[in-house]
Amino acid sequence: MDVLLAFVNSLPNTVGQGLIWGIMAIGVYITYRILDVADLTVDGSLATGGAVCALLISLGADPWLALLAAVLAGMAAGLATGLLHTVCGIPAILSGILTQLALYSVNLRIMAVGDAKAKTKSTLAVSVDKYDLLVTSRYIRKVDLTNPLILLAALTVVAIAVLYWFFGTEQGSALRATGSNGHMARAQGIDTNWSKVLGLVVSNALVAMSGALLAQYQGSATIDMGRGAIVIGLAAVIIGEVLLGGVFINFALKLFSCVVGAVIYYAVITLVLRLGLETTDLKLLTALVVAVFLTIPYWKGRYFSKPVRPAKKEGSARA
Amino acid sequence: MLDVKEIRKTFNPGTVNEKTALAGVSLTLNDGDFVTVIGGNGAGKSTLLNAVAGVWPVDSGSISIGGADVTKLPEHKRARYIGRVFQDPMMGTAATMQIEENMALAARRGRRRTLRPGIGRDEREHYREMLKILDLGLEDRLTSKVGLLSGGQRQALTLLMAALRKPELLLLDEHTAALDPKTAAKVLGATERIVQKDKLTTLMITHNMRDAIVHGNRLIMMYEGRIALDISGEDKKKLTVEDLLARFGQATGSDEADDKLLLG
Repeated sequence: MDVLLAFVNSLPNTVGQGLIWGIMAIGVYITYRILDVADLTVDGSLATGGAVCALLISLGADPWLALLAAVLAGMAAGLATGLLHTVCGIPAILSGILTQLALYSVNLRIMAVGDAKAKTKSTLAVSVDKYDLLVTSRYIRKVDLTNPLILLAALTVVAIAVLYWFFGTEQGSALRATGSNGHMARAQGIDTNWSKVLGLVVSNALVAMSGALLAQYQGSATIDMGRGAIVIGLAAVIIGEVLLGGVFINFALKLFSCVVGAVIYYAVITLVLRLGLETTDLKLLTALVVAVFLTIPYWKGRYFSKPVRPAKKEGSARA
Repeated sequence: MLDVKEIRKTFNPGTVNEKTALAGVSLTLNDGDFVTVIGGNGAGKSTLLNAVAGVWPVDSGSISIGGADVTKLPEHKRARYIGRVFQDPMMGTAATMQIEENMALAARRGRRRTLRPGIGRDEREHYREMLKILDLGLEDRLTSKVGLLSGGQRQALTLLMAALRKPELLLLDEHTAALDPKTAAKVLGATERIVQKDKLTTLMITHNMRDAIVHGNRLIMMYEGRIALDISGEDKKKLTVEDLLARFGQATGSDEADDKLLLG
């Protein structure tokens, strides 16, 4: 009972974390589901977003400006991966790994910019006591407008709305076609390389935005804040699909299901932490969750396939 | 309309798998020509089509379409001139997108993709009308995902999409080979209607000698990366399968046409 009570008590924080990672999960959805590329850049670009945002805030910049700069930095990271993949012909996964690795060094440098003593830094604190932050976990229980959940929910809605519009445009449709069938896309005159780069840029923009919000929320940017981010993002995407995939057909709702997946993921994590696991066990747990959820559809098709009864109405629809 | 000059292509050069797929092919298509292409496996038919479509660059030679030199253009840029249907019914359409979305993509072939809506309100009615030509009932399923369609339906849709914006050149790469005979006949019928309607300049590969003779105004037979026979006009109208085999034997000194083509 105590465990449950503690769990309920920590729910606001769970939702807050979930919303932040949900934005990141939407980024992962764009590459993993729409573009059909597993982009490993995100482990690096999440921390880049956090580092850039924390740095600018600590230098006295407006938090909105810092957020924007973080988004731009994420776009640059996506661009690097995109160019490695398309111009240099390196497989997508490896391109992402290369950028991610390079960003580790870059992020250490970013956080030390303007510091007279250190050339590299692995943490950069942005305390809500000293700076005007957009979101902070400190006010997560407050019942007024400073509660970060309000802004996080608003940002999530705006992100989904913008993406819903974009993927309905000619450019966005071309991007979806690229992920769905590259041969078809090229035959219809779509520059699939451009589409892939664009998708990676948009995805990493969201991931860096998530990182920027996370740094403010937890009060610091750290060099390893993005470690395993791709797996958390995948977990959110897959949990959302498994639980809501049948109901949420509309594209905006599909993006929303990533956010729901992220919130559920954090709820599960919080629960198991209350049950006595250490935070360091989480990576193992996350990997297991993703492995299990990826296995289910495969085994379902392979070992538990039921004979499909032909639908009578569809008979005339077959050529 | 299409002007191919002395194109050559060797795959895996310098390895044990070296294969000269095109050994100097020259071909000129006039406006409105409907050319059927036959030949055994490895004769270079598909390679010729892929070379024209720009799937990869040729080793030497030049290709121009409608007077424009496209030899150095990448595949997606050549697409503004070319409509294509592939052998694999899965290849020509985006399975995870709706029928109308697929058609809207095809309607923008060769145009700059902007941030305007991917599909306009008034387009749908137009697509519905076009789908009626196929006579497959697809006009009532505009928002169905293409992945739900059968191979024949997808191939017919691809054909329609290839001709949606009148292409200067239509490339059909054995587009009925993967279909059952009844569906293949239906798709071939639709092909004939679409090509005739817009007088499209067409290059159609087929495995079936009879189809190659019945359709089009000109027939090309390929052998070992070259054009072995080129028959057109009255000559083609009178052509029979036996004629074709005999003339192929004379031209190449080979009797493999009998085995490979009749069985294929």
